Amino acid sequence: MIELSHVSRTFGAFRAVDDISFSIPSGQIVGLLGPNGAGKTTTMRMITGFLAPSSGTISIDGTDVADAPIAAKRKIGYMPESAPLYSDMIVDDYLRYVAAMQGVDANAKVPSLAGVCGLTDVMHKNISELSRGYKQRVGLAHALMQDPEILILDEPTNGLDPNQIIEVRNLIKEIGRTRTVIVSTHILAEVEMICDRVIIISKGKIVADSPTEELRGHFGRRMTLRLTVGGCTRDELVCALSSVRGVGAVKDANSTQIRGEAHPISLMLSVDEDEEPRPALFRQVVDRGWTLYELAVQTSSLEDVFRALTADTPVDPGESAKEATR
Amino acid sequence: MTTSSAPRSTTQRPHIAAVIMKRELGAYFSGPIAYIVTGLFLLLSGILFFSAFFLQDRAELRRFFDNLPILLSFFIPALTMRLFAEEKRSGTIETLMTLPVTELDVVWGKFAAAWISAIAMLAPTVSYVVTVALFGRPDPGPIVGGYLGALFLCAAFSAIGLFASSVTKNQIISFFIAFGISIVLSTMDYFLIFLPGTVVHFLSYFSAGAHFSSISRGILDTRDLLYFVSVTLLFLVLTVEVEQRERR
Repeated sequence: MIELSHVSRTFGAFRAVDDISFSIPSGQIVGLLGPNGAGKTTTMRMITGFLAPSSGTISIDGTDVADAPIAAKRKIGYMPESAPLYSDMIVDDYLRYVAAMQGVDANAKVPSLAGVCGLTDVMHKNISELSRGYKQRVGLAHALMQDPEILILDEPTNGLDPNQIIEVRNLIKEIGRTRTVIVSTHILAEVEMICDRVIIISKGKIVADSPTEELRGHFGRRMTLRLTVGGCTRDELVCALSSVRGVGAVKDANSTQIRGEAHPISLMLSVDEDEEPRPALFRQVVDRGWTLYELAVQTSSLEDVFRALTADTPVDPGESAKEATR
Repeated sequence: MTTSSAPRSTTQRPHIAAVIMKRELGAYFSGPIAYIVTGLFLLLSGILFFSAFFLQDRAELRRFFDNLPILLSFFIPALTMRLFAEEKRSGTIETLMTLPVTELDVVWGKFAAAWISAIAMLAPTVSYVVTVALFGRPDPGPIVGGYLGALFLCAAFSAIGLFASSVTKNQIISFFIAFGISIVLSTMDYFLIFLPGTVVHFLSYFSAGAHFSSISRGILDTRDLLYFVSVTLLFLVLTVEVEQRERR
């Protein structure tokens, strides 16, 4: 159980984190989502005890972190962004060093942990020689050393290639079955895939906090479609499409070059996800003898929610969700 | 200060400092810096020693010990400059400080590593003692005193170096801060002659050079030892303070 109560952190005149409160029961995977500079890392650093809050309290299992930092640090496994490690050490030596620091029996723990994190083949390599993905795994092994109840991972998939991203996500899901996990990310798909709950932070404030599935419904289920059609004028097309049920705002998009088509028309449509207007849109185009070149989902509703919530001008969330699709 | 000093009562603290010390020593001796620094130190101290030994035909270590504070002002910062600065530059300070450690554990561990490295750098100079003993009958007092004083001097300069390393991310800046403080403490009695007597008397208490030469003459005065212990502890406390401030 992690509890943040009215936590703020200032750096000089800059308020990196501004009066945030939330509590995370054990066993939940929580995604901390926000644009770069929103305060995700600062929040994580405060929970792990690397930074003290300027005001407010953070408690873990009912104990204030400021009163018993060592006990709190023991319960938390933390991987900072880009997993900073001693690059001059061999992986095996490094993990043994971490085991000694955590008071864990290295001979028993290090080999099994290496297996879990897929490090067995690189145990005798220098950390500086490892690829980004392997470094990230060493960071993960570092965080998991003392079997922490709480795992905090700052941008764990940042800078990895697509295969590595999938591996790390699966690993987090696997680990998260038995522990509390907080993952920060600016990738929405990641949150949708691995998190039970999303906390969206923007400019140091919490702008949304709800279970992942609910967040979408909460702000209206709308998505943006991109559509490219040939053989008609723009006005004809807009007129035909606007009549379809579920279609909201229609906006011009940058048209694409298409061979053999002089004037393809590209539009962005804001549509209601529940109505599923795509079959009707298709028929509208085909029945008139036009050519459909493209019909694609541009942004999912969660992305719209995210953009709306973290946009520059603070607006009412319900209103802004629609605003962003226009 | 109040919040961070609470966990000191926790058990197994010396163990943690020892783990940190071991890692630092491992990193230091597995890289080239240890051998470059030690080699250069031996070259310069050897020139000082052998020029006195052959040219002036003296079977003593006087000249070596007289110049030791200045030599160490340069060489110990080279050993200590990376201790905190490198952790801050590369970000490993975050993985370190979020392990179950206190700032004090880390400072003790790193200080111990620096001190041992400095002693390791000094150790080969025992061969000068052997050389002198083979060709003459040196007075053992100044030699024993000189090495004892050197241990204290190394501790003080290691603490200064550690402090200098904690205030910056840049190893070069760290080096020059440590060198600056150490060289002033080492050479201040040379400058004091320009000042009026009462001021000199007061300021000379702060001179590492004066305290060291007193010990290295073979005179054991608790005031000299106390001076080095105070300087060491002062800079260690300052380092802990700097580290705690970074969390706040």
